[in-house]
Amino acid sequence: MMKQTQLTIKENKKIAANTFRLMLCGDCSAMRGAGQFINILIPGKFLRRPLSVCDYTADSLCIIYKTVGEGTQILSRLQSGETIDALVGLGNGFDLTKNCSKPLLIGGGVGVPPLYKAAKDLIAAGKSVSVILGFNTSDEIFYTEEFEALGCRVFLTTADGSAGTKGFVSDVMDAIDYDYFYACGPKPMFEAIEKKAHTGGQYSFEERMGCGFGACMGCTCKTEHGNKRICKEGPVLEREEILW
Amino acid sequence: MVNTRVELCGLPLDNPVIPASGTFGFGYEFAELYDINCLGTFSFKGTTLSPRYGNATPRIAESDSGMLNAVGLQNPGVEKVISEELPKLAQCFDKPVMANVSGFSVEEYVATSQALESCAQIGWLEINISCPNVHGGGMSFGTSATAAAEVTRAVKAVTRKPVIMKLSPNVTDIAAIAKACEDAGADGISLVNTFLGMKIDLKTKKPLLANKTGGLSGPAIKPLAVRMVYQVYEAVNIPIVGMGGITTAEDVLEFMLAGATAVEVGAANLISPYASKQIIDALPQVMERYGITSLEEIIGKGH
Repeated sequence: MMKQTQLTIKENKKIAANTFRLMLCGDCSAMRGAGQFINILIPGKFLRRPLSVCDYTADSLCIIYKTVGEGTQILSRLQSGETIDALVGLGNGFDLTKNCSKPLLIGGGVGVPPLYKAAKDLIAAGKSVSVILGFNTSDEIFYTEEFEALGCRVFLTTADGSAGTKGFVSDVMDAIDYDYFYACGPKPMFEAIEKKAHTGGQYSFEERMGCGFGACMGCTCKTEHGNKRICKEGPVLEREEILW
Repeated sequence: MVNTRVELCGLPLDNPVIPASGTFGFGYEFAELYDINCLGTFSFKGTTLSPRYGNATPRIAESDSGMLNAVGLQNPGVEKVISEELPKLAQCFDKPVMANVSGFSVEEYVATSQALESCAQIGWLEINISCPNVHGGGMSFGTSATAAAEVTRAVKAVTRKPVIMKLSPNVTDIAAIAKACEDAGADGISLVNTFLGMKIDLKTKKPLLANKTGGLSGPAIKPLAVRMVYQVYEAVNIPIVGMGGITTAEDVLEFMLAGATAVEVGAANLISPYASKQIIDALPQVMERYGITSLEEIIGKGH
């Protein structure tokens, strides 16, 4: 169950172009798994901002976010020691209990962060994990070494070819041996993955949200299993249930 | 000791705070967080005769001190509300609940109200003739005194529950529409629904909401709403449920002084899930600060 809590900023540091890592500490006991998100108040802004969780413990959270608008710009200027009002433990998260031994994680840009905790947990479960990290340009790249340090096989792509394989994440899928996949990133990336994927998998979706906890019906989508709220029954949907 | 009790259309409320329709679902998301029996009551998600998916996304946009929504009355339809939502609600809420009824024709308002008539859990019908996010219904009934009166009369003919007409602020003379509803037999008036608005995305250079327009709510609309409650209070003698940007106990007092018997809290619930409870908890202290011993006594005292 989600918790509303005050988290203290330990670090808020630029790690790539327009990309920041936010380390928070406080009561994070509401987190139940990889792929969940938090929804934070930004000083001067009315709606909260939903941010996927990169890694967590019972008393700490790591968030990696991109400055895409005014809200995240304000967030990027907050300093260590300041506190943030957060709803913690939102969404369903990835189902990592699927019967597979060689899962493939596919992240595009700021869709990469939630896959980090997923990789950590899958490796702890004894699985052989491959990861495709896709970015637009080399200056946007983050966390390749961190994924390698976990023991993942990492494949890097950039759209402009400035690092790794030139192209999109879907362009390297055929060369990888996998029996299940987890993906997070923009929708066009999902559509490209759909054309290549030959196994079951899960996609983590992004949508504009009002509340983030299921009250406002702002982020509903249609699925094979009826209407689902991206914030509550999502953000992770099974491949089979998605209506493209 | 201060007294927060009020009476709304013959039914007692422990306090005047009512989470507004569309911001509180059918209650149980919030019941996971706190005992929702602390509420006066709440108005459940706008219900239509048939299930509705609502509008395409994006349905939500932010604005200064507020938000635009164009959800478009997503709901499971009255049959499922009765067979699934109300039984679930019964497990976490002991008080009479307010049913929010929406529709696209007079016949639909009547049929949905009729279907809800036998539900003992429902204390009031709040008839939403003011949804700005659907086409060919909703708000069109709330922008004409004649149409508003017609819906009021038709619903009153099929129910014994108190009928509260929820009005749109997107009109030139809200008091005239409130008066038309009163004359047609309404037991109460609730106002205001959201203000029709738009946000244009500078990146795409197009309206951000898929529906193009959406309803503005939040503190941005509070002074407009207070003014309208004040105007309606001068025009009618039936109870008013006031709403529009309420986030604090002070806001509750302001609306009651303007003429509201009870108030609805909307957008605030989406920002802080505990907002309604926090407002209720703060009421006694704020009443004392302003020398108020009984809320009932301040209704309309701003006139």
